[in-house]
Amino acid sequence: MRRVYADNNATTRVDDRVIEEMLPLFNRIYGNPSSMHTFGAEAEKKMRQARERVAEFIKADPSEIVFTGCGTESDNTALFGTLEAYPDKKHIITTKVEHPAVLNPCQLLAKKGYSVTFLSVDSEGMLDLDELRDSIRDDTAIVSVMYANNETGVIFPVEEIVEIVKERGVVLHVDAVQAAGKTPLDVRKLNVDLLSLSGHKIHAPKGVGALYIRRGTKLRPVLVGGHQEKGRRGGTENLPSIVGFGKACELAAEHLPEMNSRVRAMRDRLQEGLLRAIPDAYVNGEESPRVPNTLSIRFEYVEGESILLLLDREGIAASSGSACTSGSLEPSHVLRAMGIPYTSVHGSIRLSLSRFNTDEEIDYILEKFPPIISKLREISPFAQAAPIPKKA
Amino acid sequence: MWDYSEKVKDHFYNPRNVGVIEDPDGVGEVGSLACGDMLKLMFKLDDEGKIADVKFQTFGCGSAIASASALTEMIKGKTLEEVSRITNRDIAEYLGGLPEQKMHCSVMGREALEAAIANYRGEKVAAEEGEIVCECFGVTDKAIERAIKENGLTTVEQVTYYTKAGGGCGKCHDKIQGIIDRVIKDTGGGIWRVQPERKKMTNIQKMKLIEETIENEIAPALRKEGGDIELIDVVEDKVIVALRGKCTQCLLSGWTVQNFVQAKLREFVSAEIVVEEAKE
Repeated sequence: MRRVYADNNATTRVDDRVIEEMLPLFNRIYGNPSSMHTFGAEAEKKMRQARERVAEFIKADPSEIVFTGCGTESDNTALFGTLEAYPDKKHIITTKVEHPAVLNPCQLLAKKGYSVTFLSVDSEGMLDLDELRDSIRDDTAIVSVMYANNETGVIFPVEEIVEIVKERGVVLHVDAVQAAGKTPLDVRKLNVDLLSLSGHKIHAPKGVGALYIRRGTKLRPVLVGGHQEKGRRGGTENLPSIVGFGKACELAAEHLPEMNSRVRAMRDRLQEGLLRAIPDAYVNGEESPRVPNTLSIRFEYVEGESILLLLDREGIAASSGSACTSGSLEPSHVLRAMGIPYTSVHGSIRLSLSRFNTDEEIDYILEKFPPIISKLREISPFAQAAPIPKKA
Repeated sequence: MWDYSEKVKDHFYNPRNVGVIEDPDGVGEVGSLACGDMLKLMFKLDDEGKIADVKFQTFGCGSAIASASALTEMIKGKTLEEVSRITNRDIAEYLGGLPEQKMHCSVMGREALEAAIANYRGEKVAAEEGEIVCECFGVTDKAIERAIKENGLTTVEQVTYYTKAGGGCGKCHDKIQGIIDRVIKDTGGGIWRVQPERKKMTNIQKMKLIEETIENEIAPALRKEGGDIELIDVVEDKVIVALRGKCTQCLLSGWTVQNFVQAKLREFVSAEIVVEEAKE
């Protein structure tokens, strides 16, 4: 059976060139980078190169890159590390549409006595910058916002956010996990304090991430142990994955133009094709700037898990804003924050592409998708209650 | 990814009896779009009072569609009296099991069936009565209590899996725990030792198991105290026994029947067992 992977915001295929670069780290260059012998020195050299590659990818200095175990660890370190460094400041600002790696720590901190402002978004997933400006207080310790949303692909106006936040001298953390490799990142120009990255979203293996910490930013370590990462993150480094991450960053920069041309064209064709073939379908965040690989589309009268199961039967991998797919009963907090009615939140599907997708695959999705929605609408009591207008 | 049984997949990919009956005898509608699943079940009876035709429409996940489809297959050709005994566990078992987090789909099936029967009889549905406990999903204390009893649930998490109650904001978790505690207290905890995944037995198998349980698990303890027990009859889930020997003079014989004999039979045979003393 044909298999089409269109769930690249969940995770990505590791690039063969990344694997190749990693392999010697398992059985030849296996020293501990901290060790005082040649084995250690060889490993250290590899790690330095990886750090330089990651730094180059976001235009940082290598000394400003701390390797972590995942994007979630980067986000948690940014939040908890900043709050530890500013014990007198008890206010946090974030948004309602953050990834759980930011949202859940913030909710936990709210329970522990911190005051947390969750900024709202409009129906297109966009922030109200005046609300941000008005929310900043003298005791605001950190503002944490995402660069691009994992579900809708909507890009926040980070440059304007920086301007507002820096004017008040507050620490700014940007979760750029879903922006990396899809839009150019330049921390110098952006002037953010902290920025999270994750390896497995850009064709590196799972289990490695990075936190950019602008020189001079006060941050307490969260993982306390050995002196690795200059005392900023204890624990022996996951060297093979770090090396893979370095290579993946280099490749992501190389493929960025392709992402914004060929991949974007595939996404746009997918979007137009589905909208044309399926009535009562809408794109989430259509009016906002979006990363080029992501399509979040909602279908009235049907439920997401059913769609995913039928897509999977055709070999197509996607994801959904539906509650049923996650094991929780609450559907996507992102789509709900956008004020999208419950009904169509349940019927929202995310298709996310990568450079490994092809035009033939888009044709295949466009062929298989519409009959699935028709089939489910035949079963649905709502489709009959509200007759589907036939589009020309 | 959910580990759905082959039968669930079959019913999801090829749902049976989808559609509408123009002039149904009974219609049941449960769930809502907001909750993420909804089921509309309708049936038509023949001259003998058996379900001649049944159709459904559903908005929901794979297991919701499969549960509804399975239910229509289970009830076709049966009398309302017969189908009113179907529990959510029967639906789940018919499908070769459901992931525990998805058990609420089988409960929705049973609720729709009840609503349809009530609609035919012009009655109110039991689950609609009672006080709303979970406001997010509109679940009543009665519905929660019933799911606890029928499925031997012991935790708030399980109640959420079976009824959705508590799956939203979480404010009602204490109330749900309170209902669990109360049901455990009221029933002496007997139903909680039941294995929910127990296979369906034929009547012969059930009678044999009741006999064995009395002989091996119940009688020895009574004999030690100079008493004894005799199995008189089994009528569906009703087990009639007679206490013998010293038990007959015991002031606590009623307690023994309820809290020992019945509890043991519920533990080893079925949670539905009701034990009565023979009137001689």
